[in-house]
Amino acid sequence: MPTIEHNASSFEVDEDGFLLKGDDFNQDWVQYVQSVEGIPELTDEHKKVIDALQEYYKKNGIAPMVRILSKTTGFPLKRIYELFPSGPGKGACKMAGLPKPTGCV
Amino acid sequence: MSLPKLEELSQSVWQGPSLSTGAIPTKEWMDTPVTFKPGGYAYPAKKEKLEYLDSQPGLNFPFARIWSPEEDDWLLPDNWKDIILKGLAERLDKFRSLKIFMDCCVRCGACADKCHFFLGTGDPRNMPVMRAELLRSVYRGEFTLAGKILGRLAGGRKMTVGVLKEWFMYAYQCTECRRCSIFCPYGIDTAEITIILRELLYSVGIGINWVIEPVSNSTKTGNHMGLQPLPFRDNIAFLAEDVENLTGVKLDVSFNRKGAEILFVTPSADAFAEPGIYTCMGYLLLFNALGLDYTWSTYASEGGNFGLFTNNEAMKALNGKMYAEAERLGVKYILGGECGHMWRVVHQYMDTMNGKTPANMEVPVSPITGTVFNNAASTKVVHITEFTADLIKHNKLNFDTSRNSHVRATWHDSCNPARAMGIIEEPRYVLDHVVDKWWEMPENTIREQTFCCGSGTGLNTDEIMELRMRSGLPRANAVKHVVDQHAVNTLACICAIDRATLTSLVDYWTPGVTVCGLTELVANALVQKGENRVDMPEGLRTMV
Repeated sequence: MPTIEHNASSFEVDEDGFLLKGDDFNQDWVQYVQSVEGIPELTDEHKKVIDALQEYYKKNGIAPMVRILSKTTGFPLKRIYELFPSGPGKGACKMAGLPKPTGCV
Repeated sequence: MSLPKLEELSQSVWQGPSLSTGAIPTKEWMDTPVTFKPGGYAYPAKKEKLEYLDSQPGLNFPFARIWSPEEDDWLLPDNWKDIILKGLAERLDKFRSLKIFMDCCVRCGACADKCHFFLGTGDPRNMPVMRAELLRSVYRGEFTLAGKILGRLAGGRKMTVGVLKEWFMYAYQCTECRRCSIFCPYGIDTAEITIILRELLYSVGIGINWVIEPVSNSTKTGNHMGLQPLPFRDNIAFLAEDVENLTGVKLDVSFNRKGAEILFVTPSADAFAEPGIYTCMGYLLLFNALGLDYTWSTYASEGGNFGLFTNNEAMKALNGKMYAEAERLGVKYILGGECGHMWRVVHQYMDTMNGKTPANMEVPVSPITGTVFNNAASTKVVHITEFTADLIKHNKLNFDTSRNSHVRATWHDSCNPARAMGIIEEPRYVLDHVVDKWWEMPENTIREQTFCCGSGTGLNTDEIMELRMRSGLPRANAVKHVVDQHAVNTLACICAIDRATLTSLVDYWTPGVTVCGLTELVANALVQKGENRVDMPEGLRTMV
């Protein structure tokens, strides 16, 4: 599996660039994903989404349904796409260090 | 992988070179090796997922390792060839169908242009006759007298690493949709050949992660998504709350309830991702309106069975979970949701695979109409579409079709329910009652001849998006026809893979079409007692 070096950190990622070990998550990772996702500036709104994803993941072992994410953050789906152009799964979950979902999705 | 622009891809489909080699072949197929490039294959099965499955009783997923299709060396076990040949010999002995399929093809070519992968890739090895020939040539070369003596003259060849690689490429450029089989004068079922190829590949540790991770998740947590009991329950409760907010009717939803009459099982994607969640909201609304005595299970929380795409043992184990739960809860029968391949397993394999159903289960009877579902006498699973069609037939549902006035629908026959199971008239009958008017796609692309979404059998993963857009082209082309002719804006179907993959497909080939499940349209139009609805211009998709 590939390894990503960013600033002083090194991260093992899967084929699609998702973090393999959630514990590796740190601010260098956030900055790295920001650069590959082409997000010009990280705001409190981004942070709110990341925190909500991580909190839900810690409790449930999986990312929340997008509708639950919208409800907890108060951001409609459209706003989440503005914040994370690749969307909640490929953009926000990646930045939050969550694995990507599988199955009939 | 970046996806080519629509114009480029359309051009390439009929003029471009074969995907497997990047060039138009100049030599005979046996002399043209396959090459793997990014975007041309799905990611290999992860080592830890195979190891986990291999550790489970009754399952066999050996030789877990980290490997890449792009490397020359696939790190096969030393005795890989013996394993494959022994595996093939066992299967030729065990499955009479396989032996017949290996012997009886006359190369008439009726199947050749019926495959969506062939139509979308132009790759000769994607003609169903050729896909079977990849295995048949080894059967001849290693198992028949003529092939052993005459070799290539008799169409035979020896099993080599190159052949194994070819199997891996083309066993994963087939969605086991069986469209080719209905055109074959002998009824050769290429899906069963692909199934055997995939099984043999798993016996030497070769598989894809988009299949093996859902199998692993289903074994561990009960469903493909890996939803544990609490988030599964919470997601459905969340959707129920949405329905309540829209319709003003309080819903009664239960989980793991012993003594319920019916256990409801549907793909877990319906409880997780759009657009399946709207179908799920539809189930909740419909069952509540009926006052159905049913329960969800957090253990049997998956209708899909990706075991079908790995091997017989995994398929059997996953199918067994529904029945173990039906026995534990003491239900009379199972009502199955809008899933595709679940029905292939239940309808065609489980009788001989899993054997008798638990003693507490009974021949399904609709508690609303009294109809006895004798067609489900042995499996004790009723399809939601036949259940709903029966309710309509007996005037048990009251519809206001103007509530679907935003919908101009066409119907996609999902391969497995339609071709494998014969659920063809029922969804049409339901559609007739829940929308004012809907339009059929062209005759040779519907009913038994339906074209696959192009991403079934676990090929619904993003790294092969170009391949998916190619193999889905015949379906998309038919959708585009009714979009152009009748301004259709909705593609309805009864399969969770369809709901997810057709969305990507139509977004690419014919943007502006919404994909939905049938029960979403049923629930949109359903008039309930005591309802107090908000304005719902988009039906259950209306945000409150």
